[in-house]
Amino acid sequence: MTLRLLAAQALQQLPEALRKLDPRHLWRSPVMFLVWLGSVATTVAAITGPSVFTISVAVWLWLTVVFGNLAEAVAEGRGKAQAASLRATRTDTVARLLADDGTESRVPGTRLKVGDRVVVEAGEVIPGDGDVVEGIASVDESAITGESAPVIREAGGDRSAVTGGTRVLSDRIVVTITAAAGETFLDRMIALVEGTSRKKTPNEIALSILLVSLTLVFLTAVATLPPMADYAGAPQDLVVLVALLVCLIPTTIGALLSAIGIAGMDRLVRVNVLAMSGRAVEAAGDVSTLLLDKTGTITYGNRQAARFVPAPGVSEERLRDVARLSSLADQTPEGRSIVELALTQGADDRDLPAGATFVEFTAQTRMSGVDLADGTQVRKGAGSAVAGWLGTNPSPEVTDVVDEIARSGGTPLVIGCIDAGAAEGRVLGVVHLKDVVKQGMRERFDELRSMGIRTVMITGDNALTARAIADEAGVDDFLAEATPEDKMAYIRKEQEGGRLVAMTGDGTNDAPALAAADVGVAMNSGTAAAKEAGNMVDLDSDPTKLIDIVEIGKQLLITRGALTTFSIANDVAKYFAIIPAMFVAAYPSLDKLNVMGLATPQSAILSAVIFNALVIVGLIPLALRGVRFRAASATSVLRRNILVFGLGGIVVPFAGIKLIDLLVSTIPGIG
Amino acid sequence: MSDTAAGLLSIAVLVLLLAAVYVPLGDHMARVYTSSRHLRVERLVYRLSGVRPDVEQSPRSYALSVVGFSLVGVVVLMAILIGQSHLPMSRDLPGMPFWMSFNTAASFVANTNWQSYAGESTLGFTAQMAGLAVQNFLSAAVGMAVAIALVRGFVRVKDGTLGNFWVDLTRGTVRILLPIAFVGAVLLIAGGVIQSFSDSTMHTLSGADQVLTGGPVASQEAIKELGTNGGGFFNANSAHPFENPSGYTNLLEIFLILVIPIALTRTLGTLLGRRRQGLAVLGAMVFLMAVSLTVVTVAEVGGHSATAQAAGAAMEGKETRFGEWASALFGMATTGTSTGAVNSAHDSFTPAGGGGVLVNMMLGEITPGGVGSGIYGILVMAILTVFVAGLMVGRTPELLGKKIGSRQMTYVALYTLTTPALVLLGTGVAMALGATPDTMGNPGGHGFSEVLYAYTSGANNNGSAFGGITVTSTFFQVTIGLAMLLGRLIPIVLVLLLAGSLAQQGKVPETAGTLPTHKPLFVGMLVGVILIMTGLTYFPALALGPIAEALA
Repeated sequence: MTLRLLAAQALQQLPEALRKLDPRHLWRSPVMFLVWLGSVATTVAAITGPSVFTISVAVWLWLTVVFGNLAEAVAEGRGKAQAASLRATRTDTVARLLADDGTESRVPGTRLKVGDRVVVEAGEVIPGDGDVVEGIASVDESAITGESAPVIREAGGDRSAVTGGTRVLSDRIVVTITAAAGETFLDRMIALVEGTSRKKTPNEIALSILLVSLTLVFLTAVATLPPMADYAGAPQDLVVLVALLVCLIPTTIGALLSAIGIAGMDRLVRVNVLAMSGRAVEAAGDVSTLLLDKTGTITYGNRQAARFVPAPGVSEERLRDVARLSSLADQTPEGRSIVELALTQGADDRDLPAGATFVEFTAQTRMSGVDLADGTQVRKGAGSAVAGWLGTNPSPEVTDVVDEIARSGGTPLVIGCIDAGAAEGRVLGVVHLKDVVKQGMRERFDELRSMGIRTVMITGDNALTARAIADEAGVDDFLAEATPEDKMAYIRKEQEGGRLVAMTGDGTNDAPALAAADVGVAMNSGTAAAKEAGNMVDLDSDPTKLIDIVEIGKQLLITRGALTTFSIANDVAKYFAIIPAMFVAAYPSLDKLNVMGLATPQSAILSAVIFNALVIVGLIPLALRGVRFRAASATSVLRRNILVFGLGGIVVPFAGIKLIDLLVSTIPGIG
Repeated sequence: MSDTAAGLLSIAVLVLLLAAVYVPLGDHMARVYTSSRHLRVERLVYRLSGVRPDVEQSPRSYALSVVGFSLVGVVVLMAILIGQSHLPMSRDLPGMPFWMSFNTAASFVANTNWQSYAGESTLGFTAQMAGLAVQNFLSAAVGMAVAIALVRGFVRVKDGTLGNFWVDLTRGTVRILLPIAFVGAVLLIAGGVIQSFSDSTMHTLSGADQVLTGGPVASQEAIKELGTNGGGFFNANSAHPFENPSGYTNLLEIFLILVIPIALTRTLGTLLGRRRQGLAVLGAMVFLMAVSLTVVTVAEVGGHSATAQAAGAAMEGKETRFGEWASALFGMATTGTSTGAVNSAHDSFTPAGGGGVLVNMMLGEITPGGVGSGIYGILVMAILTVFVAGLMVGRTPELLGKKIGSRQMTYVALYTLTTPALVLLGTGVAMALGATPDTMGNPGGHGFSEVLYAYTSGANNNGSAFGGITVTSTFFQVTIGLAMLLGRLIPIVLVLLLAGSLAQQGKVPETAGTLPTHKPLFVGMLVGVILIMTGLTYFPALALGPIAEALA
């Protein structure tokens, strides 16, 4: 987001920020409410005893409140824009309600009840959330996911859930409604991105308690100051006391706290993940165990040819070319990967010779292959199937290779060939198929490990295969032949040890585990039950995103901590500006504390107030964007942030207040 | 030997002595509070008082026991002080006035030992021994019990209990305070501190008779320092030659002041099963003590005020047998530990030196703090530190495997609010009263410092007096009395509730993503948070007192 765009948004949200000056709204943030009270008090003082100084302080105190509101309004504004576009898709649909006797009647979509069955045909909008109980259709879900490629939805299985507001592109389906109007996924999504259902998260509440107590400490310090000042012979003006109070209380974090939270949710929305609560986002930062499905997350999801192992007496080129020949017409991912591998190893790219017929894989033969016009036959398949077809047992060398590949977790594909005219065929060799780990996964897992997060691979494979892939991918642990119960047990075990667990899932049988996990990300392509059970939904149905979610959670917490630290550290400089200004008349020696060399007491106080207001504006981009996050150990992340926001928080205001003072001191009546 | 060499040497000896007992004493205290064995004398105490020693208490029950025990202590002590003329060995002294007795009872029960009276001319031996000295033991044992309860909160997992207060109280007294105090008293007597039950009459050179007040001083003195109490037998406290006759006894007293608070960090580490955590806490304490000692010593030795320069040295209010170095060292130790004993008049310190000891108390008595209260005080600050800065590692805050949520923060916030509120409200109200300037011993910023010091000392349970100010008016007796009592009991109750909420939790395992709390980085953060929080709270008040004076 560029600053220019942000400025435009800020301008656009200004009316909203002014509307939020209503004290009933500000009451939610006690810190800002106190600033509001201070603004009212100084305004009264400015009216009864107007001076350039008093009026300036009053104006800047009001601006402090407005800037705080602006931060929140801009953060909310982004969600509102998104909600508006979602709302546009929730047009009033007409549902074709299917009665038990099979007759159809047309009712408004808003009148549908849970359990109703509706018919949706090509070109029609699905009237509500539900499960497909009959038929198969391609559905355009771009309204929700932003992804234009249609998806397949079919009865039974884990791809049966449809979302209200999406459009059927082909075929006809019957849908059982699973959510009443007003409680659909789309409705919830609108409420979420709009922030209407936003509640303070546990950590926000705890932080608010700290901010309130700090505010009370400063309130006490300032409220008890007048008798001390009177004794010192330096009675203090109400306006000055209010200015001191506002500068001391943690206005920076108080003003930006809700914006940080909203922006965190918004960052998730931007990666197409919907969090059902801010609590889940916070939990994501705390996660210490990630359960990742092997297929689709760690590996590409289908086995691919990795190498050719020729049988004794067969050249590698011959095996390569025959294997390629056998797969040219094979459109399975495995077949395509063999052709690709052969190509990279130098095979030519000739097409299948004329007259060749493709022999498809069947469950009975467990082989596929090709018959050439000259009578040559080629088959590839499981060792035993090919042996059966050839009528001979493969050589011990080939058997060894087959066993070795199976042991390493791969799939051995034996290539057999009966040459034209030959009496009997022979085994040419073995193609090693294996799960290919996605590029960069090992690095991702290393990063996660450095952040203290364990990755656990979940797979239906046997332990042997699982271990091989786990080693290759660099995960910390794996769960082989995993049933939903196993997953559940694993989550419980981790949680008993005090660890927070995150997982993804899409099937109905994942629902209990999704509900038990601290962060359960349901795939949007999954069933309604899964989506209901998780506390986040990934609209792209990309399980890899769990890692992004964790990073966004951490970033949210870091931003909150960084701005709190910055806010408190700022107070040091403000004291050095205001305290000498207040008491230099009574104790001239205190001028030595005026290390910034501020022009006059009035310019010093006003400069501190102005800095206090401007720093809110200056930090809005950071609050919305989040503190830059990089995967590293807690110690190194902390050291950097302490340096930037702790020490920076002490140093920056000294420079800032001095600069403002240089300008302010030119104003007649102040300088 | 030059003053500097002697001063540095005594600091070195002190450090060596503390280092020598650190491990054995710390581990002994850990065993005291974890052992399942009861001594015979302890069984007798339990039987007589009807305590079932093996019953664990809930946080609420533990807190009620502490508060009830303390309030009963106040009432009993008030009765002794008011009715002392009816007690044996009363030296024919009258009973204490009501509000003074309230102030004194609150003071000794709260481990503060603020004294608005002069010991030798106000109290008989029975009131000193059966009244004040008993509270010197018990209030110290209470502090340790609360600290141990908080540590148990961190150690226990999904547990609703914090131990048994009566057992902790008894064991702390019987197995820790009594034996060390006994040895301490014997060593003090060997050093010349008096121990008698009569006054003595001296014939002066001019032929007149002078009565010198005697009494069981050494036995009182040992626990006065060991329990970080600080209430002197004599008005002059440890500046009095009968309480603290020589450089040797002076060093011994400083050692006694520091030994338990310092060694408790070892106890902490041992009980947590993380020795390095104990060292980290000690590191933060020692760093702040070193800074404080440097400031006060430099101010007293080098940075003389105008008056001191005119006199040639800042020796006003200091004993010539101790000198500037030993006075500064004692001042740092006594204000850093909530002891409040003094061997010199803090009122007469240079502005920077007096400000130094004042700030020492404002830190919240955690450098290294009172017996027990120092540990729970600094652990509360550690929670505050992980909360503010811990978020910056990208996890919700946790300390020692316990999550710091809104419940914990509520207790911590109220804790950190209590003492500043008592100090500032007390000082503010006092300054608002027209009569207050008349009670001050000095005009201007220094007079204000006297009032600020009084409430700071009371609310932080230190008990040392800046001096100068007259605090015998009912207003001061009541408000400082309340500041002491509330400044003691409110934090204790909050700490116990905090401990309970921590004990209930499970334990979060440590990973590479956890903020390590035993490394220098965290120690630095802890020191930073303590300094910034204290500075922000008290800077305006300090500016009107010591700072204005020091910069003049």
